[in-house]
Amino acid sequence: MTDVVMPQMGESIVEGTLTKWLKKPGERIQRDEPLFEISTDKVDTEIPSPAAGVLSEILVEEGKTVGINTVVARIEESAAVAPGPEGTPLSPVSSELPAAPPPPPPPEPSAPLSPLVRKLAREHNLDLTQMQGTGAGGRITKQDVEARLAQAAPPPAAPAMPAAPPLPPAAAPRTRIEPLSPMRIKIAEHMVLSKRTSAHVTTIHRVDMTKVAKMRERSKAGFQAAYGFSLTYLPFLTRAAAVALRHFPLLNASLDGNNIIHHNEINIGIAVALENGLIVPVVRAADEKTVAGLQRAIVDLATRARTRQLKPDEVQGGTFSITNFGSYGSLVGTPIINQPQVAIMGVGTVEKTPVVIDDAIAIRSICLLSLSFDHRLIDGALADQFMSKVKQVLEGWSEEVL
Amino acid sequence: MDYGAALELQRQIVAERQQGLIPDQLLLLEHPHVITLGRNGHAANLLASAEVLSRAGIAYYPTDRGGDVTYHGPGQLVGYPIVDLREWKRDVGAYVRAVEQTLIDTLSDYGISAGRIPKLTGVWVDDRKIAAIGVHIGRWVTSHGFALNVSTDLSYFQYIVPCGLTKPVTSMAALGVVASLQEVGQTLAAHFGRVFDCEMGELIHD
Repeated sequence: MTDVVMPQMGESIVEGTLTKWLKKPGERIQRDEPLFEISTDKVDTEIPSPAAGVLSEILVEEGKTVGINTVVARIEESAAVAPGPEGTPLSPVSSELPAAPPPPPPPEPSAPLSPLVRKLAREHNLDLTQMQGTGAGGRITKQDVEARLAQAAPPPAAPAMPAAPPLPPAAAPRTRIEPLSPMRIKIAEHMVLSKRTSAHVTTIHRVDMTKVAKMRERSKAGFQAAYGFSLTYLPFLTRAAAVALRHFPLLNASLDGNNIIHHNEINIGIAVALENGLIVPVVRAADEKTVAGLQRAIVDLATRARTRQLKPDEVQGGTFSITNFGSYGSLVGTPIINQPQVAIMGVGTVEKTPVVIDDAIAIRSICLLSLSFDHRLIDGALADQFMSKVKQVLEGWSEEVL
Repeated sequence: MDYGAALELQRQIVAERQQGLIPDQLLLLEHPHVITLGRNGHAANLLASAEVLSRAGIAYYPTDRGGDVTYHGPGQLVGYPIVDLREWKRDVGAYVRAVEQTLIDTLSDYGISAGRIPKLTGVWVDDRKIAAIGVHIGRWVTSHGFALNVSTDLSYFQYIVPCGLTKPVTSMAALGVVASLQEVGQTLAAHFGRVFDCEMGELIHD
């Protein structure tokens, strides 16, 4: 039985979308014959079968995106040898020439090496098969090679000194090593990239959500009955953000080097927590949707995000983001900007709070909204005007939901 | 060159390249009006019916390249690099970025400052798409490629949502650059050779 895995199509690529199976389970396949097609970026690739035999099982269906080295199918090889002399032409009486055997596959290392790594290994006479890679899918990266070279450190001073032997394993391990999942790697890269790229500043506004809370309370039951899902605060906040983005479109722009890219569409990404990560699906044309429409889009995207059924373009093209940590009880946070956007709004928990109104103490539903913005493009005055607009929309809410 | 004929020519060259009979190739050509749909394309992004298209004299082909729907036609420089990536970087992502770089460098020679938009393959001037990319790979050999709007009649894009994106398109002519396809092709070939680190031989034109 041979496992067929999602191949690595390059240094930068950690996952691929399986777009088409070219064989059905039970079908016979030759080694190197195209077995399935994957799509990464704007590239479609045919993947040849790693073995001859019968396709016994398909584990990843068409349309699914999976990380590299994920097993996508199994091939039963014994079937190819058991019943008959499969390698020879089926009908020896036929006068036709036997089909030429497929060209031998190129020697393919299980995790391909980048040219740079190969070059470094050659120059330093390193045996890469003896090395453990830390890159995606166990690939040996330039950092691995450099680390190894640093370990075998001072060659000019004492060339005779052997490299330090690895430490013997301790009797009871105190740590456990687990490689990051492809999604985790992507998140990590994205977060660090963002911190490095943008000049993050966070401003915090206190918003009186009493009117929204009342509207929500009043419409809750009817909304559930009419649409089949519950009404949360998020569509109100999304709507308020969309209105404010129309007033202050620079917050809806992105930065590309020294160019400002102005987006005519308001596409708001909503951060969705997953079991072991997060993803930011995008509500397109958010300014054109009602509260009900926004709630529907949010529920749909969040559900499909959690069941990993989002399409690639549903997580792309966002022009602004909202993250709702309030649902987990957080009062206020300082979110990281979702590149290449220039701002992200964080939503704290909505809580009944005593506040002073006209020298009297009142109980109001209060929410702290934070806005992290990129100070390269957005100045504090603009950020606060934007937030004041969001606040104004929410505090003066009158639009019926149903 | 007719799109169907170009597909056939690509198929031959890809097969020869896969067998290692020939070195890497770059085909540069111009198609008559045609709309093609990528493997992952959504017919919904084709805004006109087949009937309307044929009345407008536009052919229609579903293909096996990556990407969504696109338009090719006169005034557009279409490039099909047929490259064995095993002998290059074995990296699909790097390949697409390199094709983009070739286009960006070419445009830069004409004083057009073009760039990428993260996650959106293709080459853009401000927020307008000037060149589209869609690639197919079989046994690490590339086919299909890119389409650069030199003096394309942009009104033909009204029939589609280019690449499924609701972003506008542009061309070198629309940005005030007057150049022939021949001339842009020469410039592009030189940049291609530099980016992909290969010697460019004779150019094939239709």
